Amino acid sequence: MNRVPLNLIAWSLALLWVLPLLYAIWTAIHPPVYAARFDLFAPLTLENFVRVWNAVPFDRYFLNTLMLVVFVVISQFVICTLAAYAFVVFPFRGSDWLFMLVLVQMMVKPEVLLVRNYATIAQMGLLDTIPAIALPYLASAFGIFLFRQAFKSVPRELDEAARMEGAGPLAVLWRVYVPLARSTYLAYGLVMVAYHWNNFLWPLIITNSVATRPITVGLQVFSTVEQGIDWPTVTAATLLSVAPLLIAFLIFQRQFVQSFMRAGIR
Amino acid sequence: MTPISLTRTLLGSAAISLAVLSPALAQTEITFFYPVQVGGPLTEVVDGYVAEFEAQNPDITVEAIYSGSYTDTTTRALTAARSGTPPTVAVMLATDIFTLIDAGVIAPLDEHITTPEDQAWLDGFMPAYLASARLDGHVWGAPFQRSTAVMYYNKEAYAAAGLDPETPPATWDEMVAHGRALTLRDASGTVTQWGLGIPGSSNAAHWLFGALVAQNGGQLSSEDGLHTFFDSPEVIGALEYWVSLGAEHGIHPPGVLEWGTTPSDFMEGRLAMAWTTTGNLGNIRANAPFDFGVAAYPGNPDPASVLGGGNLYLFADASDEEKAAAFRFIKHMTSDDLLADWGIQTGYVAPRDGSWDTQALQDYVAEVPQADVARRQIAVSVPEISTYEGQRVNEVLNAAIQAALTGQQSPADALTAAQAEAERILAVYRD
Amino acid sequence: MISRNARIAWPLLAPAAVLLVVFTFYPTVATLIDALHSTPRGRRPAEWVGGGHFATMANDPIFRQAFVNNLIYAAVIIPASMGLALAMALLVNARIGGRALVRLAFFTPTILPMIAVANIWMFFYAPDYGLIDQVLGLVGLGGNNLLGMPGTALWALIVITVWKLAGFFMIFYLAALQQIPPALLEAATLEGAGPAQRLRRVILPLLMPTTLFILINAVIEAFRLVDHVIALTRGGPNNSTQLLLHYIYQVAFSYWDTGYAAALSVVLLGVLALIALIQFGVLDKRIHYR
Repeated sequence: MNRVPLNLIAWSLALLWVLPLLYAIWTAIHPPVYAARFDLFAPLTLENFVRVWNAVPFDRYFLNTLMLVVFVVISQFVICTLAAYAFVVFPFRGSDWLFMLVLVQMMVKPEVLLVRNYATIAQMGLLDTIPAIALPYLASAFGIFLFRQAFKSVPRELDEAARMEGAGPLAVLWRVYVPLARSTYLAYGLVMVAYHWNNFLWPLIITNSVATRPITVGLQVFSTVEQGIDWPTVTAATLLSVAPLLIAFLIFQRQFVQSFMRAGIR
Repeated sequence: MTPISLTRTLLGSAAISLAVLSPALAQTEITFFYPVQVGGPLTEVVDGYVAEFEAQNPDITVEAIYSGSYTDTTTRALTAARSGTPPTVAVMLATDIFTLIDAGVIAPLDEHITTPEDQAWLDGFMPAYLASARLDGHVWGAPFQRSTAVMYYNKEAYAAAGLDPETPPATWDEMVAHGRALTLRDASGTVTQWGLGIPGSSNAAHWLFGALVAQNGGQLSSEDGLHTFFDSPEVIGALEYWVSLGAEHGIHPPGVLEWGTTPSDFMEGRLAMAWTTTGNLGNIRANAPFDFGVAAYPGNPDPASVLGGGNLYLFADASDEEKAAAFRFIKHMTSDDLLADWGIQTGYVAPRDGSWDTQALQDYVAEVPQADVARRQIAVSVPEISTYEGQRVNEVLNAAIQAALTGQQSPADALTAAQAEAERILAVYRD
Repeated sequence: MISRNARIAWPLLAPAAVLLVVFTFYPTVATLIDALHSTPRGRRPAEWVGGGHFATMANDPIFRQAFVNNLIYAAVIIPASMGLALAMALLVNARIGGRALVRLAFFTPTILPMIAVANIWMFFYAPDYGLIDQVLGLVGLGGNNLLGMPGTALWALIVITVWKLAGFFMIFYLAALQQIPPALLEAATLEGAGPAQRLRRVILPLLMPTTLFILINAVIEAFRLVDHVIALTRGGPNNSTQLLLHYIYQVAFSYWDTGYAAALSVVLLGVLALIALIQFGVLDKRIHYR
């Protein structure tokens, strides 16, 4: 079969898809006058990045996002693993029904209930804290669902062999189930990192200060248009804020895609 | 070291050691929310003001928090107040006064005015700006980063169109005439330069429309914030004029012009005349590749503009010590010298006559005569629309303006419906 | 009588159960109750208003518009992003040059925060000098104010959403495609099936579970993703880009009318519940056949 048209389609679509990123890079490395003017010989500058880095506490925002993402992903791993393990290995009367209830959270995301969840967090006295951004997401139905699928494919013989050696339920989980579901953890973890690195609406409402704001809210606070958009500055800020994730994906993209395949997410 | 500064240093260190040693002189902590602008190093400027204040008042520490746009700041302050952790001081829109009083979160400033100096400080504000902070016999805010709407125009485009670059339009008819001369089309009939642009996006329409309405001899809301006049002939006439700029005269770009891109539109030469805030002066001065002028608004027949910007508010939940400390901070932030400096750094209009007498501001006006246009316009400027449930009423008005600008409804129909909706919202507050 | 399994299972389920109750089930019930009360303001406490908010809603043109907009938004985004995702996955799965790079390109929007790319898109959509309008100008269709006209603003946002979601969904399709045994495809080819028939008869049926999984996610995103509305249009012009969640956000956190916001949330919950019921109905059949 002729591969040329296929290549052409793939490459033009790919170009279209990265165009916003290319534009951001172009604008960020040129002086403001070239924001809307394409000139191959426009002078290059790093001044936009310097200005942004000095004007915004980016280091703090990075730290906040990092703490948030680490906290969310680790907590989700623990909470969802325990729940999925219970559903797969210790079914009891009503547990199927309970699992359906868990799936409700798949549709009713915390954003839908933000008005009420805001009140709950306020009553807990946790407003403007990093745990407050994380709490509504920790019992993830998506995670429980995925881990349940992964645990179901673990051969019973391995489970029984471990038990014969006298391992308790938690030891079996740790020694048998978790290692076999490694690619599910990787795939789920990566999706969640991307999700919470980019999450905006809930953190926007619940945070109030530089000490807690994640990078997305920091970016919004920075680029709100009281005096009009300054594209060079905004694009430089955008690039700075996505750089860690972009670089991480460039390095790990092979493992990322493969873990998805092995995890059998479908 | 001169003897004087030696004494100061000694006194200073004595004060600091006292503060450390004696619990009676313990630190008072206040928090300060304020909106930040894109791109500018303004956070550093504010940090400088705060540091200066802390140096003069070693018993007070100020935590300054950059809190986004005006809307974000108000939302954050209200959110924080509702959860019991309000800021002590915040810069919020002058028009938020009804919302803030209704929510019961701010305290009047006049209770803290005890000495003749305090009174002199209060009297130093321009009456036009202070008016927006007065309600029910109290003063609820101190004018800080105030602005007015002005018109920027491209002098080179003026000269190219055969117009006098030193004579911007003084009436609506002149503005249309200038706009026609300034609107350029290429061979295929596509417009390459529009005569005039007035932003109509949701964050600006209600504000700039207030200027058009005042020019047409009308007003949008009553002083007590309980009534709107959207269906009055003056208001409808103002919107008809705005719509006609594009629909009839073809000098205004079609649809809703985005506030955020208006400065770029002007600097890219897409708009020959652009309506926006004095706060954009710094940005346009730095980046416009052509000679530009700043003009006061025209009239129909009497010229008018609209005031805007934020006041410093004091929050009710603070302790008495915090309030006293915050009041000192507010006075510091609104001294003649500081407001003059803030105006120079940002393009905001210093709301005190004393500021305009300072050497710094006089030197600046000599260098950048455009900066003085705003001050001269204040005498004919009206307050921004301000009502209870202000953001909601503004959105109702904005939707009506946008419906008319995009040809979905006639100005009269859109505004009559908006008036009915505003009536419904405000009726609750009238008993 | 509690079974042995239940005694082990419950402690394991407890953390998830507590969090689900506090942040999903309790707020759902509380929202239903709030929706029947007025908003407390200043010194006026909340009062029972019964169906008052819903009566207001019936006469609220903004709500009606938000509802209709959201349906259009969902009806376009779900098929468009899923179709594109499948096409992309097939492309990247085929033997094309620079596969890894193309794959990375498709995936970049997933990594870029919506709030950050919104400003870049604002430049693309800018009238006259914006990239899209310049391209349209080359073929004599310039002078469009894409975000500033009610007829195009919602579509402009839809394009951004599809761009954002398609690459994310592609990864799921790609993973599923690579798990199709090559023997199956070879057998189909031997039987004389062309590429189109292979796709229809072999690939698509095998991708069915993935498609359902992606569908659930696409539905959720169609009602959840409003970051770009906040950054670009705030629902304007004249509410033509107003979406349900954005309206809830506005009513709750700009107007502070939490009672009405709760009533609006109830509608959103109802829509999601209805879709969930339909989906689980379909999903159930699939589970049996597996």
